[in-house]
Amino acid sequence: MPYDPSDPLKDRLTDLGPRYYKEFFSPVIERNYGKWLYHEILQAGVLKHVSETGDEIYTVRVGGCRLMSVEHIKEICDIADKHCDGYLRFTTRNNVEFMVDSKDKLQPLIDDLKSRKFSKGSNKFPIGGTGAGVTNIVHTQGWAHCHTPAIDASGVVKAVMDGIYEYFGSMTLPAPVRVSLACCLNMCGAVHCSDIAILGIHRKPPMIDHEWIDKLCELPLAIAACPTGAIKPAKTASGLKSLEVNAERCMFCGNCYTMCAAMPLADDVGSGIAILVGGKLSNRMTKPKFSKVVIPFIPNEPPRWPTTVKAVKNIVEVYAKDAKKYERLGDWAQRIGWERFFEKTQIPFSHHLIDDYRFAYTTWRQSTQFKF
Amino acid sequence: MGKHNTPMLDELENGPWPSFVSDIKQQGEKGKQFLKEAPDDLLGVMELSYKDKVTHWKHGGIVGVFGYGGGIIGRYCDQPQMFPGVAHFHTVRVNQPASKFYTTKFLRELCAMWERHGSGLTNMHGSTGDIVFLGTTTDHLEPLFYDMTHELNQDLGGSGSNLRTPACCLGRARCQYACYDTQEVCYQMTMEYQDELHRPAFPYKFKFKFDGCPNGCVASIARSDMSVIGTWRDDIRIDQKAVKAYVGGEIPPNAGAHAGRDWGKFDIIKEVVDLCPTQCMRWDGNKLEINNRECTRCMHCLNVMPQALRIGQDTGASILFGAKAPILEGAQMSTLTVPFMKMEAPFEELKELIEKVWDWWMEEGKNRERLGELIQRKSWQEFLRIVELDPDPRMVDEPRSNPYIFWKEEEVEGGWIRDIEEFRKKHQR
Repeated sequence: MPYDPSDPLKDRLTDLGPRYYKEFFSPVIERNYGKWLYHEILQAGVLKHVSETGDEIYTVRVGGCRLMSVEHIKEICDIADKHCDGYLRFTTRNNVEFMVDSKDKLQPLIDDLKSRKFSKGSNKFPIGGTGAGVTNIVHTQGWAHCHTPAIDASGVVKAVMDGIYEYFGSMTLPAPVRVSLACCLNMCGAVHCSDIAILGIHRKPPMIDHEWIDKLCELPLAIAACPTGAIKPAKTASGLKSLEVNAERCMFCGNCYTMCAAMPLADDVGSGIAILVGGKLSNRMTKPKFSKVVIPFIPNEPPRWPTTVKAVKNIVEVYAKDAKKYERLGDWAQRIGWERFFEKTQIPFSHHLIDDYRFAYTTWRQSTQFKF
Repeated sequence: MGKHNTPMLDELENGPWPSFVSDIKQQGEKGKQFLKEAPDDLLGVMELSYKDKVTHWKHGGIVGVFGYGGGIIGRYCDQPQMFPGVAHFHTVRVNQPASKFYTTKFLRELCAMWERHGSGLTNMHGSTGDIVFLGTTTDHLEPLFYDMTHELNQDLGGSGSNLRTPACCLGRARCQYACYDTQEVCYQMTMEYQDELHRPAFPYKFKFKFDGCPNGCVASIARSDMSVIGTWRDDIRIDQKAVKAYVGGEIPPNAGAHAGRDWGKFDIIKEVVDLCPTQCMRWDGNKLEINNRECTRCMHCLNVMPQALRIGQDTGASILFGAKAPILEGAQMSTLTVPFMKMEAPFEELKELIEKVWDWWMEEGKNRERLGELIQRKSWQEFLRIVELDPDPRMVDEPRSNPYIFWKEEEVEGGWIRDIEEFRKKHQR
């Protein structure tokens, strides 16, 4: 029976959850579940896993756009049907992995992937994203689908990945470099522990839609949403209930706009990009780290954000030249000292980069150990 | 040539990285999606944003399917006359299978369903892990949900103040480091807490993420209110013959991850022993020794020599709580709470822990206060009382340096009630 709009609750099924993951395992994955012994990266983007049963599986990792059409997904399916018996997977970082169960199936798959281009020539399936290189940028919705962004997401990612493309398909860096993008401080992309984070920020306090705010919003919720207590009740000249923002206390987090649609803060010159570096997630050698703000603001420069691309590329290249093998970007910066980081990258240091929020003191230097 | 002139977006068709613009255009040209104009109009409204340098999407809007409070996010364009194909453009979150393995059959069925009910555009995948269907109209939500549940036995994911769709690494499916069955736990917890996932009853969002080992591929320590990270408490298994093969240059170090540059001959002392954060390894030229009692399982040596070293066999997970992005009190990572828990089905111990935490957070948490912020506001000590765990030096980097201890009255001999008159008998005013 198809859906009946006159009786929407008829035959209703709820709380089914996701499909059981094992339904989607190829025979070799199923057979070797929990039995894998080790892996090897044969070349950038190509992995070999060996099981204690003697089975092997070869994986080709390709970069994907998170914003993807069903036409493109169908093409991915065609490739998986042709080479991989109809199985594939996606990674946490928006890559696609095609797997084959013997080495002789590998080269035809690679050749096929390399041959496919979009109409204007960009690669549909760039191979890479493994080992000591740059993998795909995880990102958020931006101007394609979100109401709070300070910047676009997909476009900035495309421009930056074009700029550092050579590091996606190679493994020449001292350690992996994870680049992430969040188009506002809400960070649905949670970029705060990335080697390089591209973050959308605002710099103008919210405007107030006085005629509408009391109709659209719960005023006390908007007041309570402000972490610095910068919002207070006010009345307009015509006697309408409204709010007032103490602009000097605003830190442009946008939390008030999340709570109240009548307080928009995005602006063509006010909003733009901050660059943070040196975060990591893994516990390898050193503890996980937060990323730190090193460039407080770059204007929005659609369509190709050249200043941002240049800034990211510069940081990757200075790090690549200077860091030791296995050393992540944040560990390198910590070893050489942040004064050296700014010197080597030639990024200007300004007052914006010194913390003045909740845990500010913990980041100031209480020591005479510094470098000239 | 699409419906709108998009000279700026067209610039993003150049360059080697896959172009989302070319992809959206091909959907507009070839796609069979019900919302025929959606891909073209999406490009149109994005081009307008590229010109104006601000978004053209309106704030929220409450839409959903009957009986659920999450899974659909309302989205409306602020220029509906110019871009009618995306005037109503709601997001549908679809709960992905654990660790994102697919058959092409299932993906094709999903594609066909989305062509029937929406824009033909997706996110594979959203940040939390869901399959995201990008853009449909309100009247298509119920039919889509009906078809999805009846034809595909597939449910929505989470959004709003509820349990968000749990996510895990690929675990035992294709990794030798998985210390527990991340996919099974992720699936079981998702099924156990369907009510919490679909019907918002929390102060704010709550995320579970399951990493199989301390490498942390699914970012749980930074991105989830409850981070479950695989670990072991016995000895790293060593294959001395394979160690020698690494030293002799027969096997590329770090699984070949540095093969693109000439870093010189592999040096086990420099690259493994000296980089061990606890200095618990020794190489005498013939034999590798690990003082496992001092090892903190950082994974470096295992990552460098995966054919020689294996995780221990007494495996389980460390459980940490409280990570979140900066809004509002600043970014937090999760704090180590349970150093070790065996992770075996049906995972009752884990469920008990989760429910204690939720009961407290639902009682004490303020509107839009994440668990990590509540713990900071109420104290770690209070959190430990709630989860009924004893304090452990493993939970802190170092003991406090300020002496402002909130002593409890029952901890102090004689209590707090004293007589000032008695005091004055010995001490003049």
